[in-house]
Amino acid sequence: MADTVVGANPDPHASGEDPNRRDFIHIAAAVMAVGAVGALAWPFIDQMNPAGDTLALASVEFDLTKVEAGQQVTIKWRGKPLFIRNRTGKEIAEAIKDDTADLRDPQTDEQRHKPGKAQWLILVGTCTHLGCVPTFGGGDYGGWFCPCHGSHYDTSGRIRKGPAPTNLAVPDYTFLSDTKVKVG
Amino acid sequence: MSGHSNYEPKTGFERWLDTRLPIVRLAYDSVIDFPTPKNLNYWWTFGGILAVCLGIQIVTGVVLAMHYVPHVDYAFNSVERIMRDVNYGWLVRYMHSNGASMFFIAVYIHMFRGLYYGSYKAPREVLWILGCVIYLLMMATAFMGYVLPWGQMSFHGAVVITNLFGALPVVGESITTWLWGGFAVDNPTLNRFFSLHFLLPFMIAGVVILHIWALHVPGNGNPTGVNVKSKEDTVPFHPYYTVKDGFAISIFLLMFAVFVFFQPNALGDAVNYVPANPLVTPAHIVPEWYFLPFYAILRAVPDKLAGVLLMFGAIAMLFVLPWLDTSKVRSMRYRPTAKLYFGIFVLACLVLGYCGGRLPDDHVIGNLSTFQLLDADLNSMVWLSRVATAYYFAYFVVVLPILGLTETPLPQPESISAPVLPANAPAGAAASPEKRG
Repeated sequence: MADTVVGANPDPHASGEDPNRRDFIHIAAAVMAVGAVGALAWPFIDQMNPAGDTLALASVEFDLTKVEAGQQVTIKWRGKPLFIRNRTGKEIAEAIKDDTADLRDPQTDEQRHKPGKAQWLILVGTCTHLGCVPTFGGGDYGGWFCPCHGSHYDTSGRIRKGPAPTNLAVPDYTFLSDTKVKVG
Repeated sequence: MSGHSNYEPKTGFERWLDTRLPIVRLAYDSVIDFPTPKNLNYWWTFGGILAVCLGIQIVTGVVLAMHYVPHVDYAFNSVERIMRDVNYGWLVRYMHSNGASMFFIAVYIHMFRGLYYGSYKAPREVLWILGCVIYLLMMATAFMGYVLPWGQMSFHGAVVITNLFGALPVVGESITTWLWGGFAVDNPTLNRFFSLHFLLPFMIAGVVILHIWALHVPGNGNPTGVNVKSKEDTVPFHPYYTVKDGFAISIFLLMFAVFVFFQPNALGDAVNYVPANPLVTPAHIVPEWYFLPFYAILRAVPDKLAGVLLMFGAIAMLFVLPWLDTSKVRSMRYRPTAKLYFGIFVLACLVLGYCGGRLPDDHVIGNLSTFQLLDADLNSMVWLSRVATAYYFAYFVVVLPILGLTETPLPQPESISAPVLPANAPAGAAASPEKRG
């Protein structure tokens, strides 16, 4: 390089090293390699997400006449328990009374059931702490009590005491008729 | 793996092989001729015991995998078939299930040994961290293995542990769905846990090789914590420590056999012999005994995310420990104050284990009625867990950093050989104790 005569070799491709061109190729190659690894990694990560057939089993229908007032029926929905509770007037009244209480995840009872269907409370039956199944009628508030880590839910399924951060989840559901619901 | 080698190939074949793949040289330098401090006590035998545990788990595990069916409809029954119908299946399964407990007993002793004798200090930080990685892999493996029989504890344990990740803000829910492969713990979850439970032990074996490599660079520590100064301080690994380790392994296997043959279910939970039912959670859900301290830390906090962070933080403490302990003295033999705090630390770990196995609202002292402090009765497992959890963390972030600066350690011996000699020994005797009388 030191003894290259200026102008002796006018062809820029024939000799000499242009550091910018070389760097470009290195960077481009590295970017391609990283992109290829990333593109290949994604299928291996995404294969662990729910498969098509798992997603397809997403809704169930339920006949409400099976549940007497004051009782609860637990069915399986998307692998999880689903609580279908036929609340008594007293339970509904308690839930409405507590709308103004100090709630960790504030929601009124009205927001947790379909309009005009206050007796029917339909909830995902997994504790929002770590996913155990709360027991019916237990706890300090007469709703549910989670045996794993001691979360207390009221008769609206709202978290009142214990480690759980949020209320029992309300799934998407619709009333097909007065006695039939479709969940999911 | 480092330093010079005294290996001399004796046969023609060994000479031929040595210039092509010096594997006999590697073995000779690592487990025959390796210079080892001559004062290692029995707390140092648990490395060898752990290697045996890993071997037993891999061999019995591969056999069990030949008979086990990873499907929610068949898993429980296939395990019962192993117990009742497969030839010696009961033996292999009891070896495997009790082997997990034995593995953890040994690893906890090994870890407390390291904590007491300062095995994590320079120049052994990487060795210590590799050990922590092995411990993490062991916990993941044990957890997923416990799910495979698909009993009630298997199922609901898996639900609780996978839900821990749901505590993470924003991404939590996607992560749990991703771990489950569905909307709940179900067949896809069982399948992938089986796959990973098979894989991880071999990853552990790989990290064990790195762990031993990192051990053989500075060489073993020793109970005095004083560096090896001369050849007089060491003995060759074989026969001195092959025999000592062998004896300890035999005693350990005796205890192992007592569990396998006489108390095979003593360390497990009877509820796991009830087939999994996703609609009913057992009244008292507990993990296996070796996870109880961490479970107690999780439950000590009334906030979900904080509980999860604290639980993982308890393990993270171990990783950063080499930089938390400011004392230059390795062995607590010469740190009387640290010894006291260490004793309380061991006690705190045991208390956490005890709390983890009880219900949060259980009373600590029978009928003693106290008062409500914040959110729980003062005389409850919750408050005992909180005290022990506070000490657990304080030991790492307060006691060890400050104590190293403030304490006055006892004088350390000049060398490993020195403490065995009388104080009035003539000058020069320490250098060659074997020449005396």
